[in-house]
Amino acid sequence: MTEIFGVPLLALPSQLVLGLVNGSFYALLSLGLAIIFGMLNIINFAHGAFYMMGAFASWMLLTYFGVGYFGALLLAPLLVGTVGIVIERLLLQRLYRLDHLYGLLLTFGLALIIEGLFRDQFGVSGETYEVPEILTGAIDLGFMALPKYRVWVIGVSTLVCLATWLTIEKTRLGSYLRAATENPQLTQAFGVNVPLMIMVTYAFGVGLAALAGVMAAPIFQVSPLMGSNLIIVVFAVVVIGGMGSILGAIVTGLMLGLIEGLAKVFYPEGSATVVFVIMAIVLILRPAGLFGREK
Amino acid sequence: MKTNKTPLFQIRPLAAMAALALGLACGAAQAEISDNVVRIGVLTDMSGAYSDLAGPGAVVAANMAVEDFVAKQKPAFKVELVSADHQNKGDIASNKAREWFDREHVDVVTELVTSSTALAVMKVAKEKNRIALITGAGSSRITNEDCNDVSVHWAYDTYATGNGTGKAVVKQGGKTWYFLTADYAFGQSLEKDTTAVIEANGGKVLGSVRHPFPSTDLSSYLLKAQASGAQVIGLANAGADTINAVKQASEFGITPKQTLAGLLMFITDINSLGLKATQGMYLTEAFYWDMNPETRAWSKRFFERQKKMPTMVQAGLYSAITHYLEAVKAINSDDTQKVMAQMKKVPVNDFFAKNGKIRDDGLMVHDMYLMQVKKPADSHYPWDYYNVRATIPGAEAFEPLSQSRCPLIKK
Amino acid sequence: MMRRILLGLALLAGIIAPTVVYPVLLMKVLCFAIFASAFNLLLGYTGLLSFGHAAFFGSAAYVAGYLVRDLAWPVWAALLASTFAAALLGWFVGLLAIRRQGIYFAMITLAMAQMVYFICLQVPQTGGEDGLQGVPRGTLAGLDLSNDLTLYYVILALTLLALALIYRTIHSPFGQVLKAIRENEPRAISLGYDVARYKLLAFVLSTGLAGLAGALKMLVFKFASLTDVHWHMSGEVVLMTILGGIGTVLGPIVGSSVIVVLEDQLADKVGSLVTVIMGGIFVVCVLLFRRGIVGEAATFYQRMLGHRK
Repeated sequence: MTEIFGVPLLALPSQLVLGLVNGSFYALLSLGLAIIFGMLNIINFAHGAFYMMGAFASWMLLTYFGVGYFGALLLAPLLVGTVGIVIERLLLQRLYRLDHLYGLLLTFGLALIIEGLFRDQFGVSGETYEVPEILTGAIDLGFMALPKYRVWVIGVSTLVCLATWLTIEKTRLGSYLRAATENPQLTQAFGVNVPLMIMVTYAFGVGLAALAGVMAAPIFQVSPLMGSNLIIVVFAVVVIGGMGSILGAIVTGLMLGLIEGLAKVFYPEGSATVVFVIMAIVLILRPAGLFGREK
Repeated sequence: MKTNKTPLFQIRPLAAMAALALGLACGAAQAEISDNVVRIGVLTDMSGAYSDLAGPGAVVAANMAVEDFVAKQKPAFKVELVSADHQNKGDIASNKAREWFDREHVDVVTELVTSSTALAVMKVAKEKNRIALITGAGSSRITNEDCNDVSVHWAYDTYATGNGTGKAVVKQGGKTWYFLTADYAFGQSLEKDTTAVIEANGGKVLGSVRHPFPSTDLSSYLLKAQASGAQVIGLANAGADTINAVKQASEFGITPKQTLAGLLMFITDINSLGLKATQGMYLTEAFYWDMNPETRAWSKRFFERQKKMPTMVQAGLYSAITHYLEAVKAINSDDTQKVMAQMKKVPVNDFFAKNGKIRDDGLMVHDMYLMQVKKPADSHYPWDYYNVRATIPGAEAFEPLSQSRCPLIKK
Repeated sequence: MMRRILLGLALLAGIIAPTVVYPVLLMKVLCFAIFASAFNLLLGYTGLLSFGHAAFFGSAAYVAGYLVRDLAWPVWAALLASTFAAALLGWFVGLLAIRRQGIYFAMITLAMAQMVYFICLQVPQTGGEDGLQGVPRGTLAGLDLSNDLTLYYVILALTLLALALIYRTIHSPFGQVLKAIRENEPRAISLGYDVARYKLLAFVLSTGLAGLAGALKMLVFKFASLTDVHWHMSGEVVLMTILGGIGTVLGPIVGSSVIVVLEDQLADKVGSLVTVIMGGIFVVCVLLFRRGIVGEAATFYQRMLGHRK
């Protein structure tokens, strides 16, 4: 068998595909963060908690109301988005005039509260969510048997990411959004309801996190702490990509998933730290991030 | 008798002073048991990563132990229970233990899930000359490098769970192994110990992969294990890592073609994963609720209070507290060294352990059981999870005293 | 004059406190007072929010523990070396982090701290999840530190020293430049200050002191564990500072006392809801009193004075 650095060549593509799956989650989460940041100038520390809520929402929908996976795929983001609206209206909007750091601190507090409450309710071992019947089984790719569900995750998240990007870049709604990001007062003066826009944006960003959560539920254990470590990696992804562009967030997310996949083949011990090392390198070479503009 | 779940700390100092005054007045008559109250502190993780396998359920088990003891033995002394959450933080645990020993006259601290808190509290107990009964933590350091003469390691250690599973699975025909190892001290020592026993029994380890801790996505590592073609994949990790590995192994169709062996798993893990993903797995536990009429009777009482079946940690806690209280009653003293001597002298015989013996390094040696997780179709009622495949006699299950690294053991 | 009297009273309180309150708890409060004050030097006086200060606190605890226990270094040398090690790590992280501002700075420090956490977990010397246990307290200048009271007074003295150093820094010309950077960075640049260097210096100073705090805490509890480097610890020190009052000298001390005592008292009462309560305090602080306890009290006092006039 052909080998590079003692690793069979055949193992490589399968690890890359797996990396892409993780990359899809990073992309969805960092996309949500980027959109929220663009509009609200807030880094949403509670993003991981919303991801966790998405996973729990789908579990609860199934357990208490008998709503299946595909229903949850739609309903869970809506539910979590509604929670996001409440939080934005009640809490976040009081901070817009202040230093951005307060937004970070507030959402950090929220993350603690949400995770604490879920932990109190559901314990830590978490709950199991089955892969939907229609997506069970695997596709034989020749070099590996890829579970259909993983293909589905890559497909859906890529689709959602692209649709979001197109909406923001190519539609009228998106142009309002971009205008409001650039100059809220002026946009308001042109008759666009900016506060409403902000609210919807936050709900949408949070909804994306919840969507990632729903998709993660059948792969990972649904547990109250599933989001808290992930969010730090996603922060690093955001720093690497820079928050200048929507597309940047998506591409960086996928790319880091791939790199992490490679690390798992060649140096598994370091696969948890590889993202942070890359972050350090990028900061030295391009402080504004790969896709960022220095403000 | 009073068994508060949470101490009323406003009243306690007063009560303690009153009791002290009383004790002084009565003079030598009851001097053997300090202030005529035996206080037990349950220090556990009430909310964090280990709260399911210990936590509130451990407090329930401790309460049951005290109530049963008082009802059956009608002791002349009072027994009080206090409990606190150490949040898995060593400093909070050692601070609380210190405070309990110094100010609330707690005689024994128990439970102590997670190694960092157990090791920290053991040292405080030694310093203050009180007793620590450890049921939750698993590190084999507790009775080796860090052993002392006031601590007992009651329910299990990682050597016993890894070793028991390794040996038994090889004997059942699982000759070739591949390890999925959490890349830190715990995972590495689990892999090392289990490898030794596999090879000693004629098995072969084909390789291992070290994954960062914690990892949510273990599929890459599982694929490596799959490619190795080993019959058995040993999971030298714990908690959420193990859970995710089991789940993803079933997703990728690795199980049931290859067998998973959990080197440290609890019934709560099986409960949260479900039988579909875990069927066929081997694991070693010190206790299973559905083994005999005695275990069933106790576990059902526990279930009525906690709505969950007990883990080996919780059942072990009941056993430890009962054994301690009986020792205190037998010699009518709560003097640390005397009680320790009595506890070591009398074998442990209850629903948890048969003929258990506390060694000089502090390890309570008792039988362990090799379990295989049932198929969903074979499970007929809630919590009907295991087939007991083998009883591993205590002498085989635990590390022999001759290999002990405990300084107390003179060779 | 007023200030002198207050200072004297506080000192007296510090000296007699262990007769009333449990000394170990007091020592913990003092360690966190140093930690939070060091953190405040950055957030309050330079305007930099570091979300990774646990990395310096915890790694210094590990270094000190390793030096004392495994290499049998004397305590003073271990304290010095671990403080220096934390500062060195701070220099490295700072070099990267000060390349970005505001929120990015917070995220970078958080990510770097997470990396330090992973390293501490994997390195064999730290004992992984078991922690680095059983470090002897040893002696310092002939004093036996295994006695709680002796150690308390040593730590009290070191705390005063550290606070004095921070106080001097804030009120030095260097401190004035830091404040200028906090208020308006572009203006500080246009005035010709090498802003990056000032920031880096402040960062190194802060991380070094955070390291001292971590090493002292290790000495009190005789062990270092992963909790000390976990990002929850970073969050906690942020909380202490905000609760006490950002940019006030006394704020971090008050904040750390409140949080440490609260955690200690809540341990046996609310169980799993501790994090929820901490999160709640966070939210309330950010929304309702951003000046913190000391800041609000000072404002109230000023207003009272105003009324009297």
